[in-house]
Amino acid sequence: MILHFQNARLIDPETQSVEDATLTVRDGRIETVGADAPQGAELIDCGGRCLAPGLIDWGVKIGEPGERHKESFRSAGLAAAAGGVTTVIARPDTMPPIDAPESLEFATRRAADAPVNIRHMAALTRARQGREMVEMGFLQDAGAVAFTDGVRVVSDTRLLSRCMTYARGLGALIVGHPQEPGLSKGTAATGGKFASLYGLPAVSPMAEVMGLDRDLALVAMTGARYHADQITVTASLPALRRAREAGLDVTAGISIHHLTLNEYDVGGYRTFFRFTPPLRSEEDRLAMVEAVAEGLIDVIASFHTPQDEESKRLPFAEAAPGAVGLQTLLPAAMRLYHQGGLSLPQLWRAMSLNPARRLGLPGGRLSAGAPADLVLFDPDAPFVLDRFTLLSKSKNTPFDGARMEGRVLGTWVAGRRVFGEDA
Amino acid sequence: MFRARHLLGIEPLAPPEITTLLDLAETYVDLNRRTVKHSDALAGMTQINMFFENSTRTQSSFELAGKRLGADVMNMAMQTSSVKKGETLIDTALTLNAMHPDLLVVRHPQSGAVDLLAQKVNCAVLNAGDGRHEHPTQALLDALTIRRAKGRLHRLTVAICGDIAHSRVARSNLILLGKMENRLRLVGPATLMPSGARDWGCEIHEDMREGLKGADVVMMLRLQKERMDGGFIPSEREYYHRWGLDAEKLALAAPDAIVMHPGPMNRGVEIDGTIADDINRSVIQDQVEMGVAVRMAAMDLLARNLRAERGAKAAEMMA
Repeated sequence: MILHFQNARLIDPETQSVEDATLTVRDGRIETVGADAPQGAELIDCGGRCLAPGLIDWGVKIGEPGERHKESFRSAGLAAAAGGVTTVIARPDTMPPIDAPESLEFATRRAADAPVNIRHMAALTRARQGREMVEMGFLQDAGAVAFTDGVRVVSDTRLLSRCMTYARGLGALIVGHPQEPGLSKGTAATGGKFASLYGLPAVSPMAEVMGLDRDLALVAMTGARYHADQITVTASLPALRRAREAGLDVTAGISIHHLTLNEYDVGGYRTFFRFTPPLRSEEDRLAMVEAVAEGLIDVIASFHTPQDEESKRLPFAEAAPGAVGLQTLLPAAMRLYHQGGLSLPQLWRAMSLNPARRLGLPGGRLSAGAPADLVLFDPDAPFVLDRFTLLSKSKNTPFDGARMEGRVLGTWVAGRRVFGEDA
Repeated sequence: MFRARHLLGIEPLAPPEITTLLDLAETYVDLNRRTVKHSDALAGMTQINMFFENSTRTQSSFELAGKRLGADVMNMAMQTSSVKKGETLIDTALTLNAMHPDLLVVRHPQSGAVDLLAQKVNCAVLNAGDGRHEHPTQALLDALTIRRAKGRLHRLTVAICGDIAHSRVARSNLILLGKMENRLRLVGPATLMPSGARDWGCEIHEDMREGLKGADVVMMLRLQKERMDGGFIPSEREYYHRWGLDAEKLALAAPDAIVMHPGPMNRGVEIDGTIADDINRSVIQDQVEMGVAVRMAAMDLLARNLRAERGAKAAEMMA
């Protein structure tokens, strides 16, 4: 089957360019850019809108197994397709966690329900309890793309060093959550005048720096491949920069919420704005946008975390943290584009190319031979978000009622349309 | 050509000393295969075996070696002795020294403990394994086994596989086989590879298939569960899958490769039982046989040096 996209503005994160061109897809793969329509091709008129590699959303929580009432592979997959996300990197913090080849096999089988690509991370320690490492080799053979205990920090440094050493032997990637758990335990906001005024239990931004420093020292010691899931404060950046300059194999990510919201958004104790780590100051937010532009922070993701109404309808510090984000990642990212903080190619580098590179996936590119995982969108189309229109089973978004720009018009996975008019 | 006063490790030995010891051990292999297995090389001498760490195999091998050479052998079970009552290692050594033993065979869980003891006594000390440091008689018996199976002890590719970090057997073998100019490879998970191993001058392989390619000798090590405080490997089944010796991995070694194991084996963890039992590949039983002969040779040579030293001292006093 041949698809020919005409009249498109192609966003190419590899060359960091935007150009008006055509794109031809044959048998699920990108064949050429800028060629004439081949014989027998199905023509798709993009109407001058943007065509880009599909988003790769790294760190999505799906409620299977254990919390299917919050999200299933099917519902998450539909939300992803509607959000222009063509590959979901699922988190292992399920109930029970994905910590053995048997449970990974189950999740992989269930993931076939989703219309987009699903890849899985596995837990780093058994039951995410930080006591024994998982069967990393078997899990890697079964398809795990990275290992993480998520926001549960492995506090036993000797065990973590052994996990890292073992992972190095396998070439496996470890994803850490930089945070000093002793300081962050029981907190719900970032220390500062806002949290003090509101009387919220708060954690200093330095807890993130301490966690990052520790992890980077262990990386230097073991030579492991390491990705910090969320770097959210200015004080973390020098350590990250030093690690890069020292040649450590280290990358970092950030959530779209920490790039588009700040601590004041919590005003009125709105629990949909409760995150781990908590939202930061406006100064930190701006510094993080800059760090993404510079390439110091590599990855932007939604950290999609479905929570049912009951988990959020609680006093702020007792409410479950996290927000759904598969469907709002792209329009939220358009805020950064329209504010002038990040260009479209810079955004696609962070939301598509870099995650693909870091996880060894084929997507994130428009070059010949790459899978035809594509998103067609209008960066300027305005709308007011109604959370009950979201396709996720859970509707906990901080953008409910927000004015947004950027609408997904079509999504293709391996050349097959999974969202849009003919899907 | 064997000058050493003690056998504390392979490290102080020169290659000719190793060869001398192995040559003498050959004669004891023959002796041990006779019906009357007796020599009086150690007649009148006292041998004390002090094992601060449980061992059935090594201790009985030393005991048998001493008895076949005519020594009076005493075993001290250190785990139930005065050590339990709080006596220090040096006090134990001084107490023993007062009993005038001639040969002291010592195993201790701490690296360097046997060296310390040797400084405080007047007899010959044999290291039967100290912590993660050395186990010289094991390396010597492995060398003799290899020499008899392969016809030489040089220019062989030897893959030492498994728990290198906790293994004194690996260290002693590495030193001995290195001194004899063999090509050495260490194979095992990164967590069980000592951090300084990269500077030891041997090849390091985390992928066992790479590490076994063309090897003449495959030396398996026991997964030292008792020396691990957890967390080095995820599970025994993953360990066996990646680093256990099975027919498929062994097929990558040289067609006439021999398989060794210092024992006791964990079948199905580091080695497939059928390979351990394969008389065409496995020399594991030979290793046990060579053990007695090598220990006889070592004690014989040390006793000769001890006699010579005492003779010289006596002559000095007469003069």
